[in-house]
Amino acid sequence: MLGIVRQKVLGQSLQKVRPGVSLLRSYSSAAKQMTVREALNSALDEEMSADPKVFLMGEEVGEYQGAYKISKGLLEKYGPERVLDTPITEAGFTGIGVGAAYYGLKPVVEFMTFNFSMQAIDHIINSAAKSNYMSAGQISVPIVFRGPNGAAAGVGAQHSQCYAAWYASCPGLKVLTPYNSEDARGLLKAAIRDPDPVIFLENELLYGESFPVSDEVLDSSFCLPIGKAKIEREGKDVTISAFSKMVGHALKAAEILEKDGIDAEVINLRSIRPLDRSTINTSVRKTNRLITVEEGFPQHGVGAEICASVVEESFGYLDAPVERVAGADVPMPYAANLERMAVPQVEDIVRAAKRACYRSVPLAAAA
Amino acid sequence: MAFYLKNSRNIINNLKSKVGLSSLMKQHSCSCLNHNNHCRFPASTATSPFAPQLNNLDLNSHKRGCLFMSQRFESTIAEKQFASVQNGEDNQVLDFPGGKIICSPDMRFLSESPSAHTHCFRVLDDNGQLIKQSDYIQVSEEIAVKMYSDMVTLQTMDTIFYEAQRQGRISFYVTTIGEEAINIASAAALTSDDFVFPQYREPGVLIWRGFTLQEFANQCFGNRADYGKGRQMPIHYGSNKHKYFTVSSTIATQIPHAVGAAYSLKMDKKDACVVTYFGDGGTSEGDFHAALNFAAVTEAPVIFICRNNGWAISTPTSDQFRSDGIAVRGQAYGVQSIRVDGNDALAMYSAVHTARKMAVNEHRPILIEAVTYRVGHHSTSDDSTKYRPAEEIEWWRMARDPVTRFRKWVESNGWWSSEAETQLRSSIRNQLLHAIQMAEKVEKPPVEELFTDVYDDLPSNLREQEKLLRETISRHPQDFPADVPH
Repeated sequence: MLGIVRQKVLGQSLQKVRPGVSLLRSYSSAAKQMTVREALNSALDEEMSADPKVFLMGEEVGEYQGAYKISKGLLEKYGPERVLDTPITEAGFTGIGVGAAYYGLKPVVEFMTFNFSMQAIDHIINSAAKSNYMSAGQISVPIVFRGPNGAAAGVGAQHSQCYAAWYASCPGLKVLTPYNSEDARGLLKAAIRDPDPVIFLENELLYGESFPVSDEVLDSSFCLPIGKAKIEREGKDVTISAFSKMVGHALKAAEILEKDGIDAEVINLRSIRPLDRSTINTSVRKTNRLITVEEGFPQHGVGAEICASVVEESFGYLDAPVERVAGADVPMPYAANLERMAVPQVEDIVRAAKRACYRSVPLAAAA
Repeated sequence: MAFYLKNSRNIINNLKSKVGLSSLMKQHSCSCLNHNNHCRFPASTATSPFAPQLNNLDLNSHKRGCLFMSQRFESTIAEKQFASVQNGEDNQVLDFPGGKIICSPDMRFLSESPSAHTHCFRVLDDNGQLIKQSDYIQVSEEIAVKMYSDMVTLQTMDTIFYEAQRQGRISFYVTTIGEEAINIASAAALTSDDFVFPQYREPGVLIWRGFTLQEFANQCFGNRADYGKGRQMPIHYGSNKHKYFTVSSTIATQIPHAVGAAYSLKMDKKDACVVTYFGDGGTSEGDFHAALNFAAVTEAPVIFICRNNGWAISTPTSDQFRSDGIAVRGQAYGVQSIRVDGNDALAMYSAVHTARKMAVNEHRPILIEAVTYRVGHHSTSDDSTKYRPAEEIEWWRMARDPVTRFRKWVESNGWWSSEAETQLRSSIRNQLLHAIQMAEKVEKPPVEELFTDVYDDLPSNLREQEKLLRETISRHPQDFPADVPH
């Protein structure tokens, strides 16, 4: 798979190599495009190639090439011992993955969606997350749990929940939420190399989206640091924090706001646990206004934690209350019109930003 | 026997007791048919002790129940699922994704249990004498004496630590009384390269492997020398160097872990296997099912040892499952299995020894059901006389004690004496009392261990929290326990 990507990349006529580009800056002017799916596949391939202890397991990851084709070509390349098609038991194969990690291997466990991870959550929390602590460092669990998270399109309540807040509340786990292809490659590689258990929340709708990637991102040693957010768009009037698919929405909202004279700063969180409180607070101290965006349910969500963090550390800098834009507090409906209303849209973010900038009537007054 | 009457609870209860009784009778060839006055006691069978089933009936009715012993429980003959493929007519043989299957116009349901309860493998009779023509692996004097000494050590350690809990010196304890043979004999049949994934009633395996009494005491007291850094409740032992994975409170989680580790061992091409222990209650968990299924599919070298001791806290096995115990389930997953008398140390040793060979050489999982009785309470938080008769417990403690039984065999070989016995018991007792005294005196783990090992590296937020905590302690020392070193 990587070979195909490399060929495509080399085939491009425009190739710019920027020496000395730092990881923290926006990706360079590459004309190379890569879908998130390709990014994940190439990251898996490279890590499996570099370390024989890394292996992939999950439903349909082998012969079927992956339920969403993320593991395409890997069974053929690495064989059935390293790409395991499991029976249908999340609790079972998660437990088995944890056992393999206890022994010293580095499993990458795929959930067809994180909704199904609930069947395995005891192993994720009580076995993976807590083992290093409870065994006083004798048992480490270098495991990665990955799969699509959050809403897709028309899949109903049991296939659309976002689990970022659930997993991020548990010490012992690390929780990552890539947005674009650079995130996907860099964070997945970091997750696989990390000695702690990592929850890697992807997004089904992003798999097919293409993003530009630089040569640096394509290099097999490329890795992003865990726990660092990225400023996707600098601004000075209001901070909008988001993760996963909502980053795309936030960027679009920022473009709309620009036309109305509001310069929004968009933070791509990348890492929910550990949360990059320092980047968020620095940004809020600059803009004095904050909107948090997430797809998941509002109560006890990621936005709630960010809000608390900002109130604790940057209270004096806030010129407006922090507002959380989140999914509707209902199980996800199926009908397309209802689904659209249950998930934050670009317009919701625009309106919230305007309220924070006193450019529109506050919600309560409009009621 | 009409088993399908679901209308009347009374009928069901009566049937239960009848089934229980007849299963008792069939279970042991050494059974209570030979010992008339024992018929009121439940055997350590898959279908449970009686007492809780006979609800309001008093003890006398147990004896009355003996009258039913002559009744046999018969089921429809179970049909072997894959008969050998005869050269039958072509239209009788169908090709399914699972293979060729012979079809038949006779509609026959497979019985819910085998026509005879699974036989139990035993080598020593109740008096510790070798049963003639028994299949067993010979054990040398050195191993036999170590096995016996370790069984005594386990028994004594349990008694003394239990008392320590009652005195308020440790907060919690779980005994293994009655299951010493399972613990020690299975450990003796393994090598030090084999990984162990315990439930929580298997400290004997650690004793065999050389964990010292002081190390046990340190964990129970949660002091600075505890390998667990004081993070776990007592009896949650774990030791990398003994390849004994830290006890986890959640029931049955260790079973799929064991399979994952076994799979990794296989990938590593090591000449070793993984052994995991669990109780009869643990087999109800989904993890048990997933693990056995997986082990068979991935051909993992793992030995599953189920300590069927009749009770899951207060739940008797009749409320836990309706299968003929656990050994029969192996076949459902494609796993070879055996039922062993768990109180017979030689039989346990032989079975585990053989199972290990199969697991390692043939890369296959093996399921061993060790039938026994939980003589102690579930834990120090339990008083089992509330749900089972005290006489039943006493009988198993005295008449079916695996330690005395093995002692008789060891003595009959001239390898043990009553002088050795007294010497051993008093020596162990003294060591234990000393270990407890020492453990109590050792200081508790330091404050910094509150924050380490959450992740591989100490994250910045925890470093801040530690700093804040230390500042608070130095400002308000009277609000914090004096014995926490910082």
